[in-house]
Amino acid sequence: MTGGSEQVIRVRRAGALTTVQDCGRPGYAHLGVPRSGALDAPAHHLANRLVGNPPDTPVLETTLTGVAVSAECDVIAAVTGALAPVRIDGEHARMGAPIRLRRGQLLEIRSATSGVRSYLAFSGGLAVPRVLGSASADLLSGMGPARLANGDVLQLGRLDGTDGRDGCALGQLPACGEAAPADDSGQGPRQLVIHPGPRFDWLVGRGLAALEEGQWTVSPDSNRVALRLAGQPVRRRRGELASEGLVSGAIQALPDGHLVLFLADHPTTGGYPVIAVVDPASLPACAQARPGSKISFRLASSRD
Amino acid sequence: MRFRPAGPGALLVEVDSLAQVRALHARIERERASGWAPGLVDVIPAARTVLLDGVADRTALAADLRSWSIEPSPPAAGQVVEIACRYDGPDLRDVARQWGVPPERVADIHSRLSHEVAFCGFAPGFPYIAGLGGGHEVTRRDRPRPALPAGSVGLGDEYTGIYPRNSPGGWQIIGHTDAVMWDPGREPAALLRPGDRVRFVNVTP
Repeated sequence: MTGGSEQVIRVRRAGALTTVQDCGRPGYAHLGVPRSGALDAPAHHLANRLVGNPPDTPVLETTLTGVAVSAECDVIAAVTGALAPVRIDGEHARMGAPIRLRRGQLLEIRSATSGVRSYLAFSGGLAVPRVLGSASADLLSGMGPARLANGDVLQLGRLDGTDGRDGCALGQLPACGEAAPADDSGQGPRQLVIHPGPRFDWLVGRGLAALEEGQWTVSPDSNRVALRLAGQPVRRRRGELASEGLVSGAIQALPDGHLVLFLADHPTTGGYPVIAVVDPASLPACAQARPGSKISFRLASSRD
Repeated sequence: MRFRPAGPGALLVEVDSLAQVRALHARIERERASGWAPGLVDVIPAARTVLLDGVADRTALAADLRSWSIEPSPPAAGQVVEIACRYDGPDLRDVARQWGVPPERVADIHSRLSHEVAFCGFAPGFPYIAGLGGGHEVTRRDRPRPALPAGSVGLGDEYTGIYPRNSPGGWQIIGHTDAVMWDPGREPAALLRPGDRVRFVNVTP
């Protein structure tokens, strides 16, 4: 490390929505606290792994238009998730590989060409005050750090620094050799694996088969709380349901037959029937589904 | 007790009453404290359900739950929290009409009912405080208000709720409190938690 340099990075272009994310706040849902955390968990874990961090270390999560930061110290960085051009002082750099960033250099993630959310990790992580054990910005409740703004200065942590926090569930951690960024440039809809939800019996007519046969478009008002899906309305029972707990990936059928698919910042309870639940392995695909892109569903079988 | 899978890693347990929810939730928390179902991440009580999130073997877990005898617990479990409330809300008249009493009686009736936090949801620290069951249930507003100040005390169905922060809301607002419902820097962050009993104290000037 260069003597005397500050262990910080400076935000030159914050992008459409860039937030600090880690593994979120599991265990507080009974108090109304959303789970939050990185939407594409494997990409978050991989970015940390590439720079030598524990997998739950706080990173930056971008939205569609990337971010630009300058380093005020030497640091190792890595970009994973949504496919986007990465530049160091204008020169091409690779996604899914460690990048040596020297003091004074500018790292840019440009607009995503595929997917929505890229992850930018720094060796040592971002030293952000934790709320209920997490550095994640929760857009539903306003907990955690504010979204990035131009000119923000972010303190970096130390590589050896562990604060005794329990590690989060790793899920499926890709090997470093499989550092494929999220790519939705292929033709056809993204297929999500679903399971029957606790209220699948609220569907009438063809029931869950109607979900397998249809195709939905991701609405522009989708965000970290939920994907809102437009398409042929599903037919469901009329009536009301008392509020009940929600899991990530829960798909509610609204009274008008439209679907809401809940992501990490979802409210902990809801009153519309949950007719299906997305398999955890399909949640990263939800995180990377662009507004206007197509979604289809396949019911889980024994091979899932 | 009915079991409804909520994806591969969660189970929604449905019971018949709020009293059964409380009893089941209390039992689950006791069992967890002694090492039962260590993979559980979140346990979310609600109006007629308890959601268990982080379930490796739903069949085994359901069998355990079925083997327990869940007796509605005596109402002495939680602490008593006093909430000083100014009964000056914009929906006092509407609530009075629904209850068939003059508006000036609403404060007296509400503060004399016995209230207990059933569950939290909607926002961090937002308590669903049961106590209006048995004739004082309230229909929510047809159209939610786009903005309510923090500390607004509202009624909806069989519950009293208190808005922890400025937010939209569809409950009938009968008053306001200065109590800080949610402070992540405080331990515990939520002023009211499931099982707590609540005494509303009328401090209307």
